[in-house]
Amino acid sequence: MSSPSSSIVEARNLTVDFAAGRGSLRAVCGVDLSLKPGETVALLGESGSGKSVTLRALMRLHPNSAKIGGAITVDGQDVLALSPAQLRAYRGRIVSMIFQDPGLAFDPVYRIGDQIAETVMRHEGCSHAQARKRGLELFERVRIPSPERRLDNYPHEMSGGMRQRAMIALALACRPKVLLADEPTTALDATVQIQVLLLLRELQREFGLAIVFVTHDIGVAVEIADRIAVMYAGRIVESGSCASVIRNPSHPYTRGLLASRAHATLAKGERLYAIPGSPPDLAAPPPGCAFGPRCDRFIDGCAADVPENIAIEAGHEARCFRLSALEHGSNAA
Amino acid sequence: MLRYALQRLLYVMPVAFGVSIVCFLLVHLAPGDPLTAIMPIDATADQQAEMRAAYGFDRPLPVQYGIWLWKVFHGDLGNSIASGRPVVSEVARAVGNSLILATLATLIGFGFGTFFGFVAGYFRGSVLDRLASLVSILGVSVPHYWLGMVMVIVFSAILGWLPSTGAGPGGSTDWRPDFDHLRYIILPALTMSAIPMGIISRTVRALVADILSQDFVQALRAKGMGEWDVFKHVVRNAAPTALAVMGLQLGYLLGGSILIETVFAWPGTGFLLNTAIFQRDLPLLQGTILVLAFFFVGLNLIVDVLQSALDPRIQRG
Repeated sequence: MSSPSSSIVEARNLTVDFAAGRGSLRAVCGVDLSLKPGETVALLGESGSGKSVTLRALMRLHPNSAKIGGAITVDGQDVLALSPAQLRAYRGRIVSMIFQDPGLAFDPVYRIGDQIAETVMRHEGCSHAQARKRGLELFERVRIPSPERRLDNYPHEMSGGMRQRAMIALALACRPKVLLADEPTTALDATVQIQVLLLLRELQREFGLAIVFVTHDIGVAVEIADRIAVMYAGRIVESGSCASVIRNPSHPYTRGLLASRAHATLAKGERLYAIPGSPPDLAAPPPGCAFGPRCDRFIDGCAADVPENIAIEAGHEARCFRLSALEHGSNAA
Repeated sequence: MLRYALQRLLYVMPVAFGVSIVCFLLVHLAPGDPLTAIMPIDATADQQAEMRAAYGFDRPLPVQYGIWLWKVFHGDLGNSIASGRPVVSEVARAVGNSLILATLATLIGFGFGTFFGFVAGYFRGSVLDRLASLVSILGVSVPHYWLGMVMVIVFSAILGWLPSTGAGPGGSTDWRPDFDHLRYIILPALTMSAIPMGIISRTVRALVADILSQDFVQALRAKGMGEWDVFKHVVRNAAPTALAVMGLQLGYLLGGSILIETVFAWPGTGFLLNTAIFQRDLPLLQGTILVLAFFFVGLNLIVDVLQSALDPRIQRG
């Protein structure tokens, strides 16, 4: 883990509570996240694990009824203390976001070029012509063919892949330092996915972006990330460098995720492994380790307390009581 | 754009043709002979036949329709049986009066309706939402002739602020944009505006709620846009549907205001229809309905074209 001074994103003990009926629901319970400039972290997890909620908390995009606890520091600013005006200046300029479905993230009745221009004008106070020129540069940069003409397109006139390129152009319009990506390739075809990932990696190097990349696809995470943080029921249960986590998955949930992937060695007719059970109800989480009820290594002590992080290697840690007892080193290189 | 408008205009042709057939048949579907109403009871069979021949009612229906349509094409809707005056001039004056009343009522209703709708949609579930919803539901559900009578009782009979009936001083039936005539239009226009206000308010509330829940609104906030910018996007997204509803409301009010126009004795198409029905003045009835139907078709055309101009997703091809 890097020291807070060198990191661009620093979240400490982040919690997010939503009002649910009479009570409240804790969707994120104590997430620590730290990114250096130019680094990519993949938040990996299934639906409802709190990865998108964590991402949105970094930008305070949740409705006011949601309570964010802990501390978030981005580029030296205390995000939770920002006034509404400061928050508007922060969003899109310091941190910007790309969304899962670019077909829904653009306003359908405005031209794409105008939607990019309005962002640039909002943050830099320049003229529409200058903002449009920036849009054109960005469209060329994300390799949209005949960019001049495409700027005048409405969202529905573009293909999914092109829309996501346009979304990336929009997100980078004001040269942000941090990019939050919320499953940006999930809605795309496999061939387009890899193009978008390659583009993101290229732009990251060029702009020195720090990226928080939310995905449920391990393959995508490996492709893009320097580090992987696996989330389960609102907690990061395992985190470490991409190579370390894949080579030496230590938390039973991470092992399950890796085992349940379809891969080339899978013979036809062979059963695909699936983690038994389903994710817990966050309104009534199980006591102790939230993965306990689904875990094949469950012992009585697991339900007593929430496990603390245990170091596996340098920078690689996991929350599991049984780690000391597991021969996790056996499949390490 | 122009091509789309012309194409839509082409589609209107068969609709207009159908409308003319329905209008024509209406007269012949009604029970009784259209002439019995104006003939003396003791008229002989010969006299009746002569009258029937004079009005062309002895010819076969398709021939009658052909002759009628030919005349309609030349701007001749026949003469009113009751007054003997040309139907065209009667209808034209009534349409003018109704148009003024309906336009004013729609504008008032649209103004208040969109306001209440936006407030309710933005503050869903709050007290403001419930208040706005209450007003709009009242607008849709209160009987309008009753509302009209209450308005007359309060503002004319008790307070004496405004005249209760007619379109102008001294029984004037030609509306003019001066202060005296304006006083006459206020009560019927306010009464009539309750209908579009309620409907537009409900529509806009649902629209705004739907738009605000869409991803792009969060995306707008994520790129640093303020609430005022978001509001502009919401308006632009809500406009096509809201305008379509407003256009249709204007159409309904043009022809569907019989009760209100009768309560206020407003010399418009509703009042004219009412008179024509009770006097069994079939040429007048036929002509009024035809003109109103064409208005409706034309209004739909305008709304369609406007919508496609506002919402790029509506195909122009």
